[in-house]
Amino acid sequence: MTALAEFRAVGFAYPASAKYRARPFRLANLSFAIAPGEIVGVIGPNSSGKTTLIRLLTRVLEPGEGEIALEGKRLRDWGRAALARRIAVVPQGVSRDFPFTVEELVLMGRYPHAPGRYFENPADVRAARAAMDATGVLDLAPLALASLGGGETQRAIIARALAQEPRLLVLDEPTAHLDLRYQAETAALLRRLNRQRGLTVLLVSHDLNLAAEVADRLLLLADGRVARLGAPAEVLDESLIASVYGCAVRVDTDAGTGPPRVRLLYGRGVAGHV
Amino acid sequence: MSPQGRLALVLGGLVGLLVAVAAAALFLGSAAISPGAVIGAVTGRAAAESVERVVTLSIRLPRIAVAALAGGALAVAGVAFQALTRNPLAEPSVLGISGGAAFGVVIGQSFGLGLTVVEAVGLTGFAFAGALLAAAAVYLIAAVGRAAIQIQTLLLAGVIVGIFFASAITVIISLLDFNRLGGVIHWLLGNLAPIPPGALGLFALLLAAGFGLVLSHARELNLLALGEESAQQLGVNAERLKLMIFTGAALLTASVVAFAGPIGFVGLVVPHTLRMLLGPDNRLLVPTSLVGGAIFLLVADTVARNVVAPAELSVGVITSFCGAPFFVYLLRTRYRGTL
Repeated sequence: MTALAEFRAVGFAYPASAKYRARPFRLANLSFAIAPGEIVGVIGPNSSGKTTLIRLLTRVLEPGEGEIALEGKRLRDWGRAALARRIAVVPQGVSRDFPFTVEELVLMGRYPHAPGRYFENPADVRAARAAMDATGVLDLAPLALASLGGGETQRAIIARALAQEPRLLVLDEPTAHLDLRYQAETAALLRRLNRQRGLTVLLVSHDLNLAAEVADRLLLLADGRVARLGAPAEVLDESLIASVYGCAVRVDTDAGTGPPRVRLLYGRGVAGHV
Repeated sequence: MSPQGRLALVLGGLVGLLVAVAAAALFLGSAAISPGAVIGAVTGRAAAESVERVVTLSIRLPRIAVAALAGGALAVAGVAFQALTRNPLAEPSVLGISGGAAFGVVIGQSFGLGLTVVEAVGLTGFAFAGALLAAAAVYLIAAVGRAAIQIQTLLLAGVIVGIFFASAITVIISLLDFNRLGGVIHWLLGNLAPIPPGALGLFALLLAAGFGLVLSHARELNLLALGEESAQQLGVNAERLKLMIFTGAALLTASVVAFAGPIGFVGLVVPHTLRMLLGPDNRLLVPTSLVGGAIFLLVADTVARNVVAPAELSVGVITSFCGAPFFVYLLRTRYRGTL
């Protein structure tokens, strides 16, 4: 089966007058593929290249070396709108002063399906309502997004991405600002979308346990390189995690069947680290 | 109600109001002409060289047209700059763009350019160059070396650039023969004096081009509220969008400054009033601001012409008297949390 998206020896360095970050950073020789229907979790410390990877995959940035392919076609040969019909991104949030309602936000996800249209047509409205229904925010449709709580805002933003009707859903730290209940909800929602619709998911997260819980495979990045790619049990290795993150951890596997659990051992540094 | 329905309803109401206000403005003025005589002039029953005919058709009617065009253009430019900078208080005069355009016009006038059609093209060119200069200065001050433009920094940069160009204009006026720039003082506060029909046609054409650029990208402007990166990931070519919107808004501003002077605050008062009525959707705000701006400036000009008759106030005085308190109101209430 051909890959849905594939990075082939991709290298990238931010220019000296960095627009996005202050200090120099580069990705080097990054190769991996996302198969249709799978959930891939991307983990790694701060500045390991997780957000850059999303920007490259969505053509916000162009790779300096190598190439990225979507459905076998080079990314640069895709038009922006066509790309947005295949890949939808759930960003970390929207600005505090975002003035639109939930329904208006979700309808924005219909833009790539007819960029020349001034108003959305009834089919767009139906697609938006289906997306809101899928994430449970249909009742909130007329409310201003700024008036919602963290978990509801997150579900509204995911609904906007679903309204794009993508093949690949990319989430950037979806649980960064959410409490435990919404973390569990988000995990359940992603699994349901994956199983019921065959939606392919790329989940970028700081939360190792969420990634291990949801993902079929994990991609561990360290300093812009692939440290390991494989099943959660292979990647969440005590010594590997310790060396990449620079702190001591314990990995437990419950009853040999469930996903591995990473536990931080506070105050116990690793050799060479504090 | 669907957005289409709300647009049709509000736009219809505004067009009706504009017609009523324009008709009323035709009857009001410092020359005492009876309503019957005005009707006579409009319906063609007045003698060709009669006072009522000249006043009604050659003075009041062209003035109404200039006021409506300039007001609509400034309001649309306000919506465009607000969406482009994601700053609710952005507006051509607050951002210093009007000041830069005025500087360009004064330079053009010092070369002797007037309002014949050919010269008016040159004058608008000078105004557009001045607007670009001011925008570049504001951008350099507010954006270079920063990851994101802060709202406060952008506003301060705009105010500073505006002050600088106001001083530069004063220098040029001081250096030149005052007779050559006799109308400048009046023009600097906004002068909607009738302009020749050829120039009026050119003015309308330039505004149509600027309005078309903004209107055709109204949906993308909504997406820009998500941030540039998210807009790109939804299929918007953000760089091209910003260029198109900036060009359209600068063209609207520069044309108004060249033909009627740097009238302030229209781009703030009108879009925000409509936002309270219609919400944040730029697809509704752009067309309704065109008509709403026309109404606002027409009312302001009619007040300016009549409140101290037989003398006349500059229309910019009226818009500033409305706009400055409105700016403070927005600052203290609606955008308190974000500024």
